Amino acid sequence: MPDARGHFGPYGGRFVSETLSFALEELEQTYLSLRDDPDFQAEFDRDLAHFVGRPSPLYHAERWSQALGGAQIWLKREDLNHTGAHKVNNTIGQALLAKKTGKPRVIAETGAGQHGVATATVAARLGLECDVYMGAADVERQKLNVYRMRLLGARVIPVESGTRTLKDAMNEALRDWVTNVDNTFYIIGTVAGPHPYPQLVRDFNAVVGREARRQSLEQIGRLPDALVACVGGGSNAIGLFYPFVEDDDVAMYGVEAGGDGVETGRHAAPLSSNAPRGVLHGNRTYLMSDEAGQVSDTHSISAGLDYPGVGPEHALWKDVGRVNYVAANDNDVLEAFRELTHMEGIMPALETAHALAYAKVLAPTMRPDQHIVINLSGRGDKDIMTVAKIDGIDI
Amino acid sequence: MNRIDQRFSELKQQGRKALIPFITAGDPAPQYTVGFMHALVEAGADIIELGVPFSDPMADGPVIQKACERALKQGTRLVDLLDMVAEFRQTDTTTPVVLMGYLNPIERIGYDTFADKAAAVGVDGVLTVDMPPEEADVFGPLLKARDLAAIFLVAPTTSHARAATICAHGEGYLYYVSLKGVTGAATLNAADVAEHLEPLRGMTDLPLCVGFGIRDGATAAEVAKVADGVIVGSALVNRIAESADAPDTIAAQLKQVLGEMRSAMDA
Ligand SMILES: Cc1ncc(COP(=O)(O)O)c(C=O)c1O
Repeated sequence: MPDARGHFGPYGGRFVSETLSFALEELEQTYLSLRDDPDFQAEFDRDLAHFVGRPSPLYHAERWSQALGGAQIWLKREDLNHTGAHKVNNTIGQALLAKKTGKPRVIAETGAGQHGVATATVAARLGLECDVYMGAADVERQKLNVYRMRLLGARVIPVESGTRTLKDAMNEALRDWVTNVDNTFYIIGTVAGPHPYPQLVRDFNAVVGREARRQSLEQIGRLPDALVACVGGGSNAIGLFYPFVEDDDVAMYGVEAGGDGVETGRHAAPLSSNAPRGVLHGNRTYLMSDEAGQVSDTHSISAGLDYPGVGPEHALWKDVGRVNYVAANDNDVLEAFRELTHMEGIMPALETAHALAYAKVLAPTMRPDQHIVINLSGRGDKDIMTVAKIDGIDI
Repeated sequence: MNRIDQRFSELKQQGRKALIPFITAGDPAPQYTVGFMHALVEAGADIIELGVPFSDPMADGPVIQKACERALKQGTRLVDLLDMVAEFRQTDTTTPVVLMGYLNPIERIGYDTFADKAAAVGVDGVLTVDMPPEEADVFGPLLKARDLAAIFLVAPTTSHARAATICAHGEGYLYYVSLKGVTGAATLNAADVAEHLEPLRGMTDLPLCVGFGIRDGATAAEVAKVADGVIVGSALVNRIAESADAPDTIAAQLKQVLGEMRSAMDA
């Protein structure tokens, strides 16, 4: 739990311009009054069951486990959720909050487009106006999701400033919010941003870990030995990890985007590269920036991990040693993407494939009677164009 | 006495309102900034806000975003700004200088080191857009200990309770953000501003200065009727942008734009 002002140790907080302070206080009040409200929880659970299709299965990837020759691998199938990723757990929760506050318009930032699609989906369902900010570079590499959002009735606004990726989309969403704060609810897509977002996004995604914990006990007969999840802002990882935090025997691995390799500087791995601490988008965290405090360009094959910061609670978990943060390089990620697709008939998102790439390293170091649960955070349909392009195929 | 307090007490005696121009340091290139500062003083600036360029200026509209991009392209760093202030102080020891920007460049230098250097070169105040008083419990006292004013924003959305907190922590002046939006947005509504300033008068003796949406002499004069100071940024930065290819013509243009505001306010 963060302190009353949203600090996780030295991280987190609410570093925003004054105009937004009232909106964040209002959001915090709304959230605190509803999170323990049985009616709100029941509505959330109902939506997760009947709209999202929860619980998602915990699937034993037997063939792949055997091929890796070590631990048994279990996939928490968030790719089977409606809209194809874990992101929808959070957007359902925040859309319910938006409804309670009576605001008729929602905005979102998106990298891979999964959060944008999830937001556009819940907005369509609730009849809310929806604008999604997306870096122009990401609009290009995630065309399919852009069109999906438009079909759902959202406006997708390409952001041309800065590095034209996720961080710039978030800047622009914050500028929109500061201008339209009276009628607009900002649905942030990961466990970053100013307090209370890191906390509430975590809580809405924690359903993943609660289910996985119960399913492990049922299907494995005990808790797993290790958890693995990819980390962009960190919402799917925290969703899986959080309900296991007190289980000291469960090791946890957060896998960041190694890009061309952490040693090349062309990556998006603030934790595993031990980036300096800094403040961006409302919170203090590990933040890739240069000597002068300018935020660095990041590089990753996956738009959803292409972000220079990371959720503040992950920063704290790194410092206290609860979670191991590692990185997977683009090449290894592609190999893992292909391997799971071939061996299990499951095509993962490129973000997710980072977790798989690390599992390929970890599993062989473990015994066959040990168990790894991986958050299969999303499906790979959106990435087919990217992979085809790498293969030199024009679709 | 801090130069900012000194300046406001002089203005009060003269019955005049403060004119506070903002420019982004290093725009269009670092070697011009000190010259621009002197030009602004000649045109009637009472205090200068010097923008620290940042890669992710979340509270700024396109005009100042682009100014940041130009300045960063020229490699302008926070340490360079400190050198600029030192150079400015060689010939101007009275005009207060406020650094305005985002927290991360300061975090990177370190609060202590930054505060020491800023005080040493003759900076008078620091306004960190993304650091409300609640987050300033470490940095604020470090500034205060060096007689640097920690300046905070008040917005149209600020509650009464928050405004009281901000007034209690603020120094130098209060920066009232005239509208919901980013810098360079629409034109402000003077009646609306007056209505919001009124309750603040009961909470603090700090001068109330108004920024965002001041474009010309007319808006400056209107705001000067109800506030203690008028802050103008995008209108000046626009001129820099338009003449970025002919930087030698910029100082004269800045003087003209600011001079018009000065005359309109003093009329
Ligand atoms: C499938 C999938 N996994 C992971 C991520 C990364 O986000 P986070 O770290 O918040 O889970 C994204 C983001 O777009 C995504 O689409």
